[in-house]
Amino acid sequence: MNTTEAIPLVEMRDMSIAFGGIKAVDHASVSLYPAEVVALLGHNGAGKSTLVKMLSGAYIRDTGEILINDELATIENPRDAKAYGIETIYQTLALADNLDAAANLFLGRELRTRWGTLDDAAMEAEARKVMGRLNPRFEKFKDPVKALSGGQRQSVAIARAILFNARILVMDEPTAALGPEETAQVADLILELKKDGIGIFLISHDIEDVFELADRVVVMKNGAIVGTAATKDVTKDEVLGMIIAGKCPSGAVAGPGAIT
Amino acid sequence: MSGEAEKTSKDAEYKESAIVRFLRATEVDTRMLGMIGALVLIWVGFHYYGKIFNGYGAFLTPRNLWNLSVQTSSIAVMATGMVLVIVTRHIDLSVGSLLGVTAMVMGVIQVWILPQFLGLGSPYIWIITVVAGLTFGALIGAFHGLLIAYLEIPAFIVTLGGLLVWRGSAWWVARGETIAPVDATFALIGGGPYGTIGATGSWVVGILGCIGVIALLISGRKQRIKFNFPLRPMWAEWLIGAVGSSLIIGAVLVMNAYPWPKGIIKRYAAANNIEIPEGGIFISHGFAIPVLIAIAVGIFMTFLTTRTRFGRYVFAIGGNPEAAELAGINTKKMTMLIFALMGGLTGISAVIASARLNSATNALGQFDELYVIAAAVIGGTSFAGGIGTIYGAMLGALVMQSLQSGMVLVGFDSAVQQMVVGCVLVGAVYIDTLYRKSSI
Repeated sequence: MNTTEAIPLVEMRDMSIAFGGIKAVDHASVSLYPAEVVALLGHNGAGKSTLVKMLSGAYIRDTGEILINDELATIENPRDAKAYGIETIYQTLALADNLDAAANLFLGRELRTRWGTLDDAAMEAEARKVMGRLNPRFEKFKDPVKALSGGQRQSVAIARAILFNARILVMDEPTAALGPEETAQVADLILELKKDGIGIFLISHDIEDVFELADRVVVMKNGAIVGTAATKDVTKDEVLGMIIAGKCPSGAVAGPGAIT
Repeated sequence: MSGEAEKTSKDAEYKESAIVRFLRATEVDTRMLGMIGALVLIWVGFHYYGKIFNGYGAFLTPRNLWNLSVQTSSIAVMATGMVLVIVTRHIDLSVGSLLGVTAMVMGVIQVWILPQFLGLGSPYIWIITVVAGLTFGALIGAFHGLLIAYLEIPAFIVTLGGLLVWRGSAWWVARGETIAPVDATFALIGGGPYGTIGATGSWVVGILGCIGVIALLISGRKQRIKFNFPLRPMWAEWLIGAVGSSLIIGAVLVMNAYPWPKGIIKRYAAANNIEIPEGGIFISHGFAIPVLIAIAVGIFMTFLTTRTRFGRYVFAIGGNPEAAELAGINTKKMTMLIFALMGGLTGISAVIASARLNSATNALGQFDELYVIAAAVIGGTSFAGGIGTIYGAMLGALVMQSLQSGMVLVGFDSAVQQMVVGCVLVGAVYIDTLYRKSSI
């Protein structure tokens, strides 16, 4: 992949946000290209989730700008982000527990009949199609998602993003709550989505996963970026060094958070 | 794995009693059955209590049941709105006071202001009054919603403030005067002998209701066939249709069995030059207009909650407010709309309550908020949010009102009445908690 010539799908420049005097994200710049998986790594509280939440409109940045396809984007709430094709799968699985899978898949963008009423039948039919692709064994279309297992809930959350033709997908710890088999499913899915040209921000703690799936890694520490590197240019130990000590190895481009 | 599940479910089916199999086939909601059971118990209980201790069972008489239907209407209308409020994890303590001030404002409009311009008895008076009342209620509701959603003041506090402010305003509108009588056409909305649709009208409504039940069953079955969903056995469909229709026909028979009082008939006969034969004339009440209004509101609210985007969002917000916000739902606007709707429904109840009383007083609707909240909660609306039904709340209103008027009929002290209602509310929520624990 030639990342030097292509226009980045997303470019976040100089992003900062503070909560009550604590700088959660401190002048961070990250880019994402089509069909690329960029992993965001770092300790708890390093600012990874906060950074992507500014992209998905859950938080409003204090400074910085977001460019989508090289054009300045205005993202002030989740609706704005969705309009730019940004879909987020949250760590806490943003599903309404009391509604069924189809209702959750279409939440915010329900299909309607020509009378303007909800077209539940059509939504369920669509849901069966998408879920069939993701998780063929999924059968509980009538139960509230409260009754589903962690993996099933995760597949509903991912199906939700796919259904809306996301171009930019943000996955915050997508496999944290899953068993090994379900984790493998999600990994397959990520590669599948990549083939469709979707750019993915992947937040993960699992360094094995990251090296398997990501094209580039971005390491954050105390809200600042330590460094950015193509996964093929660095070793796992070097990345661990970036996460723990903030040391930037020679294969990576150092960021403002690196120890010099 | 699925094979195993199938086997265990088959085993379970084998062990299931006839009752469980019956419930499964008819897909009847067990909690609704429980409520109907409680209702029957209250009705029969008060009837026989009266018979044994007072020598006269007054509860299961057409007259009492007719009155009960009228008394329930106002609470039932507000309870449908309270479902949405509680489902979204809010509360509205102000509905009783809001009802009071809305009734007072409508009283002033129709008695003091409009007759000056339109002349007494003008047919426009009641229309303008009702529109003004609903608008006034909705605006105050929207104002509450604004404070709750945008200024982020908890609903409990905003509506607790509203409880005091609007009750005070109700007094202040007319300096505590009682405004009576209301416009003659307006008064019909409250029921009373003239505010009914008579025997023939009730039969028309009843038959339309039966047709509605059957049409719903048929379209439901067609829908299931179209999408290959499991069907109810045919006998269950027939049974549901038969039970539903007989309940409706039964209601028509009871409402029609309650005749106009002699005095009213005398006046009516005199006004229309009718000779009263020996033994008097039997003129049926039939369904009262407020009851029909409540049923219409119930149908509309059921449609709103189950078939529209608005209703879907209400439940999504109740289930997970954060998820709803992240899904792009404007939760603040929704909160405001829900409270505006609650206010509008309170306006409808204010029309019913003041029309029934034929006057507006500043005490109208006092403690209604408690009955409305109790009705919604007894009807299965969960304070944890995300769960509740309109029909449940309306049935809950009927249960509360049955309890209340039953105690009046058998002559309990008002002190005892309050104690009983309080205990029933707490007990009902406890049973609800048990029910939820066992069903999950």
